[in-house]
Amino acid sequence: MADLTRLHAHEMAALLRSGQVSSRELTAAHLAAAERDNRALNAWLTIDRERALVEADAADGRLAAARRGGPGVLDRLRPLLGIPIALKDLVSLKGGQCTAGSRILEGYRAPYDAHITERLREAGAVILGKTNMDEFAMGSSTEHSAYGPTANPWALDRVPGGSSGGSAAAVAAYHVPLSIGTDTGGSIRQPAALCGIVGMKPTYGRVRRYGIVAFASSLDQIGPFARDARDAAALLHAIAGRDDRDSTSSPQPVPAKLAALPSSDDAAAAALRGKRLGLPREYFVAGMEPGVEARVREAVRALEAAGATVEEVSLPHTDYGLATYYIVAPAEASANLARYDGLRYGPHHAEGDVLANYLATRGRGFGPEVKRRIMLGTYALSSGYYDAYYLKAQKVRTLIKADFDALWVQGFDALVAPTSPTVAFRFGDRLADPVAMYLSDACTLPVNMAGLPGISIPCGLSEGLPVGLQLIGAPWSEAELFGLARGYEAITAEADWRSLEPTELLRAADPDAPTPAERMSALAISGSR
Amino acid sequence: MATLSRSDVEHVAYLARLGLTDEELTRLEGQLNHILDQYTILTELPTDDIAPTAQTIELENILRDDVVRPSLPVEAVLANAPARDGDFIVVPAILDER
Repeated sequence: MADLTRLHAHEMAALLRSGQVSSRELTAAHLAAAERDNRALNAWLTIDRERALVEADAADGRLAAARRGGPGVLDRLRPLLGIPIALKDLVSLKGGQCTAGSRILEGYRAPYDAHITERLREAGAVILGKTNMDEFAMGSSTEHSAYGPTANPWALDRVPGGSSGGSAAAVAAYHVPLSIGTDTGGSIRQPAALCGIVGMKPTYGRVRRYGIVAFASSLDQIGPFARDARDAAALLHAIAGRDDRDSTSSPQPVPAKLAALPSSDDAAAAALRGKRLGLPREYFVAGMEPGVEARVREAVRALEAAGATVEEVSLPHTDYGLATYYIVAPAEASANLARYDGLRYGPHHAEGDVLANYLATRGRGFGPEVKRRIMLGTYALSSGYYDAYYLKAQKVRTLIKADFDALWVQGFDALVAPTSPTVAFRFGDRLADPVAMYLSDACTLPVNMAGLPGISIPCGLSEGLPVGLQLIGAPWSEAELFGLARGYEAITAEADWRSLEPTELLRAADPDAPTPAERMSALAISGSR
Repeated sequence: MATLSRSDVEHVAYLARLGLTDEELTRLEGQLNHILDQYTILTELPTDDIAPTAQTIELENILRDDVVRPSLPVEAVLANAPARDGDFIVVPAILDER
């Protein structure tokens, strides 16, 4: 059989049901790919071969029993049964490490499963391990991981985006067909764009967050990565829903449509007819690379040609999004990260009294970007500055949300925009200037501020690197966004770029390849000459 | 909006319980002021009559019955502690000995 790692999850599911392939074979093939490439990519912080194979055998047992039961029983099996998956290393997996990319959680072992981990286990998914990320999900490049950066499989001297860069690179490199990320200001959509895959941030409250390391609680949301819309939708369907242990999760019903996107291209393309799409002019900003704008405008024309109507619209408060986000998110982070004191878990630096303990443990445990955000947030919330910063930002947030609400009232089905103003950038390019890094998320973070669902889907290449098309929807419209994404896949199924694999995958498989950290140092040296 | 002095940066680091080196404090003074400059754009917007948005999905008063529910076993909680004494986590004294 051809390389099993190239299949979509829904194709794997069909082979598992017919008995043509076992979950053990699928799991072994994916483990081998992940282990082979991880020196060059550093997408994974842990790969748990033994546990994964035990889970695969359990899935094979359920599949064999179902086959004996006949077609009716087979049809009732969950779509993710026996399918390999990766978790971002801030999702609790009982007994496993959960570093959130930080030294301050080194050696910590999660004492329980996150709610989504429980759900994935019930669904029979096979968890291969945990993926690299920017420390506490703060960053847009995965360069802020305490465990070294992750490389982009399309260009090994470039970033995969972030903060969920490991989860995105692992899917793009065919280590897994599915992975889990989190998105606070773009941390699923931007790495999906830079790695050429599908990534969705659902509506705030759609997926329960019990057992996830918190960054900014009014913005954080969990979501799926996959290589096509059907797989991403099926993964969201498996993890969405309300839970008593997260009072911010919503009782909104999870649409069954998520698990049943059209398999036929004709049906998927036909669903685009009559859709009303808005093109927000403020998202085509100065600083956007011409190649990115060209691909996005081509995608818009393709959607029009398929029968959608596209109108230019305005989101007038877009320019205020960045400043608003970089007040609200650090403020909430500074409160959430106050819990890391080294007393109950994690490395502890004992130096005299309790204050000296805190200063040493937190001073050594957090990296530079996390310290910056804690400082910003603490300042914005401190006495005398609260009204000028945090309260002001929350009021502007109301205006940003109202911009979107006005368009939903007018009847738009979705907005179409670039995901990232640029393709993947080189290691080190944005590390010296935090504001340059923050601009990576200019087109994604207003969506978090408004609590909306957004998806990034690949729409071609610019200078050989992937470009992402972002679709933004009204609250709870994930199934509609996936329908549009599936329609776009159908009308571009024959495009040349669809058949291309990440260009540097072969080099990533070289056992003597430099690590991403080595590539980053080499670039820093050549850049300073 | 305000500009942060070196002593402001030191004060905020103390509030946040972050032990920072001189080099870190110097770097942060420059970076934080550069970031605060970006915030000045917000002063353009009149917001006196705008209500703040703390969360976006309009959930309110999520209540449950006040009943005991299973929680983590003590051993599972203590397993990660750097130092323990029986069923307790050892922490530095916060009160003077009498």
